[in-house]
Amino acid sequence: MSTTMIQPAGPAHTRILAYGAARGENVVPNDDIVGPIDSSDEWIRQRTGIITRTRAGASTNAIDLATDAAAEAVSRSGIPPEKIDAVIVATISNPKQTPSVSAIVADRIGANPAAAYDLNAACAGFAYGVAQADALIRGGIAHYAVVVGAEKLSDIIDPTDRSISFLLGDGAGAAVIGPSDTPGIGPTVWGSDGSKADLVGMNATMTEFRDGTAPWPTLRQEGPSVFRWAVWDMVKVAREALDAAGVEPDDLAAFVPHQANLRIIDEFAKQLKLPDSVVIAHDIETTGNTSAASIPLAAHRLLEEHPELSGGLALQIGFGAGLVFAAQVVVLP
Amino acid sequence: MAFTNDEVLAGLAELITDETGISADEVALEKSFTDDLDIDSISMMTIVVNAEEKFGVTIPDDEVKNLKTVGDAVGYITSHQA
Repeated sequence: MSTTMIQPAGPAHTRILAYGAARGENVVPNDDIVGPIDSSDEWIRQRTGIITRTRAGASTNAIDLATDAAAEAVSRSGIPPEKIDAVIVATISNPKQTPSVSAIVADRIGANPAAAYDLNAACAGFAYGVAQADALIRGGIAHYAVVVGAEKLSDIIDPTDRSISFLLGDGAGAAVIGPSDTPGIGPTVWGSDGSKADLVGMNATMTEFRDGTAPWPTLRQEGPSVFRWAVWDMVKVAREALDAAGVEPDDLAAFVPHQANLRIIDEFAKQLKLPDSVVIAHDIETTGNTSAASIPLAAHRLLEEHPELSGGLALQIGFGAGLVFAAQVVVLP
Repeated sequence: MAFTNDEVLAGLAELITDETGISADEVALEKSFTDDLDIDSISMMTIVVNAEEKFGVTIPDDEVKNLKTVGDAVGYITSHQA
């Protein structure tokens, strides 16, 4: 008689237990970057809503930012770091491809030998990570997970680029996810559209740079096309995430979209017909667009400024280079 | 039902006013979206999406770049109605 193998199963529900945040130490106002793009503070504010962006100095990298954010999230969660058995870091900007950011972060926060891996889903990376952590825990192969979005985008920008560089900041946001007695993370609606891969991304490869046929690769985007996709296509995804969770816009306490551009956020909220009672994250105004880090940074800030939101429902949606997207409703810790 | 040139112009003017606050009187066929009306690329895309819905046409991203004047947009919409 053959042996029946054991297949694991975890708890029925998960939730976010705590957030952590780390921003680049330098606050960079628009006036400091307008020269090379022949622009003005007013032009940037009007088109993006950005007043300042936070950028890290030369001695700070994405691993440092990720470590600080993860350590804060673990500390706030009250979970001993040795009980964290999965660390997922979403990032697109660490200039060292391997070893992973996540393995180093796991070690630095005291979670060694947690399973650790990086994921590349650009500005949807954190929402992808939340989907994975939720599944890993409910599947019984992790007990507590740390999901981090960490970027030092200032290493991959071109100061003369008028398409995206002036939007970008550096930072990391983290969440500890663990078991819950009640539903705390709704179904994730996610996907990709590689037919639009050229709309956002790097303008060259590392091998082209090595061979001297291209300058240092930096980010570019087709702004208007991305705007159309990010609002009108992503609103449909956001509605699907609400429907999948059995949640109406009126039930939400907060809306935490990827902090891409205030114009996108405002138009998105308008199309979603959110009631005035829903608090909308606007971290973009002072942090800039930090790609994978933007959702947890914005959520962390919302809870600092509006502690009454704790326990409420938040809709979060990430969307970006790939193109990729992910949305889910979560209970705020 | 097909819209006439005048109806498309009036409808477009309404959408431009909603998005930018520009008076509908200022929206004329010869006006450039960027140089005369000072409409930025994000507002332009919002107007395009709303025009698609209002007039039942599809305006691909690649075509938006060719719509330099209000007249270009009116012409595109009237000639691409279902």
